[in-house]
Amino acid sequence: MPLLKGGKIVEDAWTLLADDLELSKAGFVVVSLDRFIRDRDSLVACSGPIGVRLTSAQSPQLIADALDVLLLIELEFPAFTDGRSYSYAQLLRRLGFAGEIRAVGNVLRDQYLNLKRCGFDALEIKEGETAEDWGIATDAFSAPYQVAYDTEKPIMFLREQRLAAQAKI
Amino acid sequence: MYRYDEFDRKFVNDRVAEFRGQVVRRMSGELSEEEFRPLRLMNGLYLQLHAYMLRVAIPYGTFSAAQMRKLAHIARTYDRGYGHFTTRQNIQFNWPKLEDVPNLLAELADVEMHAIQTSGNCIRNVTADPYAGAVADEIDDSRIWAEIVRQWSTLHPEFTFLGRKFKIAVSASDYDRAVVRFHDIGLFIKKNDAGETGFEVWIGGGLGRTPMIGKISNEFVPAEDLLSYLEAVLRVYNMNGRRDNKYKARIKILVHETGLDEMRAQIDAEWAAIKDSALKVPEYEIERIRAYFAPPPFETLGAVDRGFETKKFENSEFARWVSGNVVAHKQAGYAIVNISLKTDDLPPGDITADQMVDLADLAEIYSFDEIRATHEQNLVFAHVKQSELFELWRELGETGLAMPNIGKVTDMIVCPGLDYCGLANTRSIPVAQRISKRYADLDQQFDLGELKLKISGCINACGHHHVGHIGLLGVDRRGEEFYQITLGGSGAEDAAIGSIIGPAFSSADIVDAVEELISLYVEIRNQGERFLDTYRRVGAAPFKSRLYPEKLDAAA
Repeated sequence: MPLLKGGKIVEDAWTLLADDLELSKAGFVVVSLDRFIRDRDSLVACSGPIGVRLTSAQSPQLIADALDVLLLIELEFPAFTDGRSYSYAQLLRRLGFAGEIRAVGNVLRDQYLNLKRCGFDALEIKEGETAEDWGIATDAFSAPYQVAYDTEKPIMFLREQRLAAQAKI
Repeated sequence: MYRYDEFDRKFVNDRVAEFRGQVVRRMSGELSEEEFRPLRLMNGLYLQLHAYMLRVAIPYGTFSAAQMRKLAHIARTYDRGYGHFTTRQNIQFNWPKLEDVPNLLAELADVEMHAIQTSGNCIRNVTADPYAGAVADEIDDSRIWAEIVRQWSTLHPEFTFLGRKFKIAVSASDYDRAVVRFHDIGLFIKKNDAGETGFEVWIGGGLGRTPMIGKISNEFVPAEDLLSYLEAVLRVYNMNGRRDNKYKARIKILVHETGLDEMRAQIDAEWAAIKDSALKVPEYEIERIRAYFAPPPFETLGAVDRGFETKKFENSEFARWVSGNVVAHKQAGYAIVNISLKTDDLPPGDITADQMVDLADLAEIYSFDEIRATHEQNLVFAHVKQSELFELWRELGETGLAMPNIGKVTDMIVCPGLDYCGLANTRSIPVAQRISKRYADLDQQFDLGELKLKISGCINACGHHHVGHIGLLGVDRRGEEFYQITLGGSGAEDAAIGSIIGPAFSSADIVDAVEELISLYVEIRNQGERFLDTYRRVGAAPFKSRLYPEKLDAAA
């Protein structure tokens, strides 16, 4: 599936490793939470970069002590109406996770702005969709009303800034 | 009242453009109805029984004459000349065509209005005390804080696909005129011993299938920490609320299943982590918004207007309207006027486009260009000079809006029911109209005093029947309309959930049953007791035996 990252469609270096498959040494593998918990030590020891995929029922609190060994966390959207992962992404960023947060599953391009604002960097899109299609959603609004992962300077801050600028003149 | 600056204006215009694109994609088939549904709902657009319905936001119920005129224009252009005020202080229009809705929204944006988040599983239009800024019993103007919450919640990226809808209400009074305790989050503005402003926060209230009174999650959240606290509550709810069953997805179920203490602990842990961040509401923003709600330029007047007193003495109809609909104002010489939308001619909460225009004119002349919508589906002119009440009353009468029945048995909250709504089991409006006819005699209504009767056409409880002194719930019995009666509910400061009194009545019998209940109350009431007070004093048993005498016969 094409991967959209930083406004572009990019090559996906990662592979999802099924729970019953042997671990290769190449790294860049994503495993389920169950596999990660079961094989954490061997994964960390013998693999290169590893990622974990969480279902929408699995809170990132379950891997809060492993954030510094993970480079990728995938958050699943079983339906585009299941919005739990927006909070999971915000929580991961608040906990200090600096790796990639990726949305996998069912999301609409109308949700792209929300995803970015909550701390997602990448998402899987459907075959045939273009980066331009998705870009429309992120350009829809010039400034948001609230603080989120993407900005600490929402509209109320811009108002203050404008007033300060006027005061200087 | 609040006015848009260029940021608000740009934002709402952006939103209209976004929705215009989504409608094009829906009409071309690029978006399926399933994909489009949540997008249109978050722009207020429902698909009902016969057609689309658009719900327009009136944040905390406050709007201007120019906005009312635009609503009249929309009623004439896109509806069939009517608007319908709802229990969330919003207004609904029926019959708009999908392809017209972007233009309709653009027309709303011209007068600083929108339909954002009036539906969908997101934070809904924030409601507040309809007497805010006018009544002596408040400690601050609740609309200032409702506006801060409105902005924070508007297209919040994290809380736009919640498990279920999420409603927030704000009050600054011990008298609860906004059903605050029955909200997902209810906020009561308080002052602490040091004189600082903060919020008593109630969580997990709601009506619907599983009615619950909210519980206090925090006795005092300092004002500057309001948004971080709300964000903590919403994050805990969004992550942990049930997603397996939409009837168990509201925060009230999470609070109930988690337990209040554990819920508080989770909220407090999250709050502690985010409190000292950019979420703090800066003082300059509070003051900027406060300035919009500064009191209008009141004249310095005596507490009692001689001419007004004389008119009351001379004209008993006027006196009755004053005693029923007019409330004391904090400013000497002024009054708060309730305008009943429970008239003989239209369904409860409905208003014609002509009446909207008339009210817009009157609001400019008599009430500083300001109108309020109440959760009880009425309107309020918040700042009227006592000396002008008689003239206002006369003019309201000319447009058919001088019904003096506020708080009386015919001032019912009523959902649209099966006449419009695809969810309803039964009709609501015809039952309300028959009750209104039965109690058309105003002397009788005044003798009965405050009596809150509320009707819902299905278990979703849009008509707030659980908090009616008398509540009627429409149920389907093998294809026939039946109505179950609950007694003893209250949405006010004496909050209570009504109890079902017994088996449901057929549509043919329900009005007689209501009359039996009210007759019994009249027979056994003590001096000064409302229906609710009598019910609370004597309990359900006498009412039950009055409604179901055959059961007594069987027992004897």
